[in-house]
Amino acid sequence: MKPAPFDFRAPPDLAGVLDLLAEYGEDSRVLAGGQSLVPLMNLRMVQPAMLISINRCDDLDTIARQDDRLICGARVRQAAAEESELVQQDCPLLAAALPYVGGQANRNRGTVCGSLAHADPLAELPAVALALDAEMHVATRSGRRRIAARDFFVGELDTALQPGEFLEAVAFQRQDADERCAFLELGNRRHGFAVAGLALRLGVQSGRCVMASVAVMGGGATARRISAVEAALEGTLIDEIAVAAAVAALSEAVVPPVDVHADAEYRRHALGVLLERALRSEEER
Amino acid sequence: MTGKTEVSVTVNGRKRHAMVEPRMLLVDFLRHELGMTGTHIGCEHGVCGACTVLLDGRTARSCLHFAVAVDGAEIETVEGMAGRDQLHPIQEAFHQHHALQCGYCTAGFLMTTVELLKRDPDPDEADIRRALTNNVCRCTGYANIIKAVAAAAAAIRAQS
Repeated sequence: MKPAPFDFRAPPDLAGVLDLLAEYGEDSRVLAGGQSLVPLMNLRMVQPAMLISINRCDDLDTIARQDDRLICGARVRQAAAEESELVQQDCPLLAAALPYVGGQANRNRGTVCGSLAHADPLAELPAVALALDAEMHVATRSGRRRIAARDFFVGELDTALQPGEFLEAVAFQRQDADERCAFLELGNRRHGFAVAGLALRLGVQSGRCVMASVAVMGGGATARRISAVEAALEGTLIDEIAVAAAVAALSEAVVPPVDVHADAEYRRHALGVLLERALRSEEER
Repeated sequence: MTGKTEVSVTVNGRKRHAMVEPRMLLVDFLRHELGMTGTHIGCEHGVCGACTVLLDGRTARSCLHFAVAVDGAEIETVEGMAGRDQLHPIQEAFHQHHALQCGYCTAGFLMTTVELLKRDPDPDEADIRRALTNNVCRCTGYANIIKAVAAAAAAIRAQS
């Protein structure tokens, strides 16, 4: 199908984007890479009156360190983040997850912030943002605010962004150099939507877990941090008993969605297997 | 609200202009405004890969871009691959290895292969499968496509 008619603007900078968002509010949508939005427009599931492209905004293209954070601007393409040395050094979890996002042609155009703002419950980057305690930098014409990732993902395709607000950047927590992390995903095809996925960060000192951060996709209506698993791991030696306890805590905590690809029980089992795999590779170190 | 806007893009090295509605997809712009029907439309929602072109040097789904949103871009399509009377080595390899039957998906596979071999002139089978995972063929299956990509890579390496 073809999209319904709309008006189109491509302002040259952030200020122009915010002016248009203030003017058109709920009748408008922001176009970044379009890899999630345009399919929905082609299927006429989304019909904005005004489409505001940020593709001319060179001021939104930054990947930069700022204290303990790595900032990624709204126009940073997923492929650019994947190839960025800063991302590989500071946020290896993000670097590990990016190859799972769509296919190369999607990542060449799709943006990191666009995927977060779209908030698909089975997308990778929301889980990564949760595990990396990301802060969402949100701007309007009249001001700015920051939203913690934990408070950002409200439901399926729903975020805390209000009409007129724009996700201008995401600030990921930089990982410690000696921290370990893994991103694992199960899907029917490599490029298709995931059935389940798991992002894990572990701080380990002399075999004992001193920090755990666990986020899953396919465990609820949005990506979720699973604090019960973190609590089960922190302070323990990562051995068989700890792995079993963590998997049990995860199974209890998740409320997996049901769709044509998997029922809730399958997803619950799959998430347990992914966690076990991620932790076992720790056990073997 | 649906006034037409001028779009200028460079397609296979040639500057092209047209007045289009904002909702016109890049693939329809190529096919209907420019008459370049080598790029095919399959699923129209970014899943099948038939409409893959190079946008500023990298693969992109032309069904997931509005022509107005890529104003000023450099686009390469399957029509730009072959020389005057010689197929591109990738096209030649697809021909030799029977990597197409109906040909509907082929332009997308060819453009995806152009990007793959630019990044990695010597991909192994796993690399090839990974690179092509986002393109769907419904008649030949993939065995001959994978053979053709490996052969094309070898042919291009031998040339240079």
